[in-house]
Amino acid sequence: MLRLDSVCKTFNPGTANEVRALANVTIQLAPESFTVVIGTNGSGKSTLQGAISGAFDLDHGSITVDDADITRWPEHRRAHLIGRVFQDPFAGTAPGLTVAENLALASKRGKWRTLAPLLRGARRGEWKDLLAQIGLGLENRLDDPIGLLSGGQRQSITLLMATLTSPKVLLLDEHTAALDPRSAELVISLTTRLVAHSSATTVMVTHSMQQAATLGDRLIAMHRGKVYLDVSGVQKQHLTESELLALFSQMRRDDRFDDDACALVAGQYR
Amino acid sequence: MSLLIATLAIGLVFGVLALGIYLSFRVYQLPDITADGSFPLGAAITARLLRDGVDPVTATIAGMAGGALAGAITGAIHVHFKVNALLSGILVMTALYSVNLHIMGASNVPIRANTIFTPFEQGATAWLGQETSILGRSVPSSDLGLLLATTIVVGVAGILLMLFLKTELGAAMRATGDNARMLRALGTSTDRMTILGLALSNALVALSGSLFAQMQAFADAQMGIGVIVLGLASVILGQTLIGPVRSIALAIIGAVMGAVLFRLLVAIAIRMGLDANDLKLVTAVVVLAAIVGPNWLKSIARKRGKHAPT
Repeated sequence: MLRLDSVCKTFNPGTANEVRALANVTIQLAPESFTVVIGTNGSGKSTLQGAISGAFDLDHGSITVDDADITRWPEHRRAHLIGRVFQDPFAGTAPGLTVAENLALASKRGKWRTLAPLLRGARRGEWKDLLAQIGLGLENRLDDPIGLLSGGQRQSITLLMATLTSPKVLLLDEHTAALDPRSAELVISLTTRLVAHSSATTVMVTHSMQQAATLGDRLIAMHRGKVYLDVSGVQKQHLTESELLALFSQMRRDDRFDDDACALVAGQYR
Repeated sequence: MSLLIATLAIGLVFGVLALGIYLSFRVYQLPDITADGSFPLGAAITARLLRDGVDPVTATIAGMAGGALAGAITGAIHVHFKVNALLSGILVMTALYSVNLHIMGASNVPIRANTIFTPFEQGATAWLGQETSILGRSVPSSDLGLLLATTIVVGVAGILLMLFLKTELGAAMRATGDNARMLRALGTSTDRMTILGLALSNALVALSGSLFAQMQAFADAQMGIGVIVLGLASVILGQTLIGPVRSIALAIIGAVMGAVLFRLLVAIAIRMGLDANDLKLVTAVVVLAAIVGPNWLKSIARKRGKHAPT
């Protein structure tokens, strides 16, 4: 279970660039749930992921995974609870290390790095089966430097690495946004399969309305650092792409209205 | 011939330096100028301890430990206080100059005691007599003992480094240089890895300094000047020799070969009349050319290609 309690985060406070990225967000996500997060640009959806993964300190609020309050834990300490896949398909793997070495590092997620040979006792057979699942012939490339592989291939392996040790939370941050359509499709189908078999609380940020409509059992729309819409269950199942698009134009309209209203009010009080 | 053997032995000692610089420059992609201070630090500690009657092996290991500490300090300044890595290195290097003078008590300390090389030199002399004939030329047997000792040291250091980089910890270090964000996401503190990596790199550099001092029979406060550039030259030259490889073993062999070859080239250049005072200038130019050259040639080739009549 993942719980965010009155989480607030403002970037560059007190300056002209002040951004209120998270404004008192409270969300509780059940174990084994798959939540899709959408939102306009600057709505706080990526900040939400950063808050969970520990990329920055919170101004206020707390984050708990199961019973552990991880609010003050540094990024690397949270990692044994949290598997992550980034938007940049090259960010999740170390290019100079082989596919097997990358997987081996991931299989010891959150553990002390010892002087034992990295690949001793490597579960190569198991990894080959996992890689074969992807369907790109990667099972024969265990000993190639991962830097030789394409973005889609590397992102698929990052997904495997993120779920290898069955973390409590799986964070997917627009992980198909930088891929070509075919690779994106492949990574999404792998995501669906892995999430179905995983016991993690999955949070996927996306800006694809199609993914948001078809994937997950809960949908959260963020706007101006707040939860704008939160649907789950049957309601989520019946949500369509066009409804989501309508939601987006409504959010944008609200935006304009707010600005116009401010201008109006400001004019009256000048 | 005797000159050749001595040159090879010094080259191998600088091979240990090249291993250290390989670690900081190639694995961490961080030119760590602490080397200019940790090289004489290793020499100073060893020279001082030998003067105080400590046995050579302990004195050499103590020199290494000093280098490790210096590297760890650079790393800690860099990651904890977010000081630019180059500046952290410059600060520690500068501080070490005074530290080294304190350790030695003078700017130059001769080494008169037995060194780590003495058993090898004596053994070779006892076994082969005072002089040995190689390819019809006579050389002092002790030089052969020296060559054997340096080969063993650089061989052991190289193999250990290679094995280390294949351990969980070593691979985590490589991943830190390669993609720090990924390693943090996998639950390892990249701060700790950086401190540890720079400690190890400077331990190797200090070992090289310690061996160099024992070979030359003195330690000098000035002996560190340009060490980082010398190390870079070796690593880059080695890479040119071996080609763009992904294998750690080959890269390590390349770095050592680069150091030896560079030393040979220097010896030849001086023999052919290069003023020894110009050595550092020439080294710097060579390193610059090796770094800038390939890209520059490529861009020229591209431009030519573009304007070529079809």
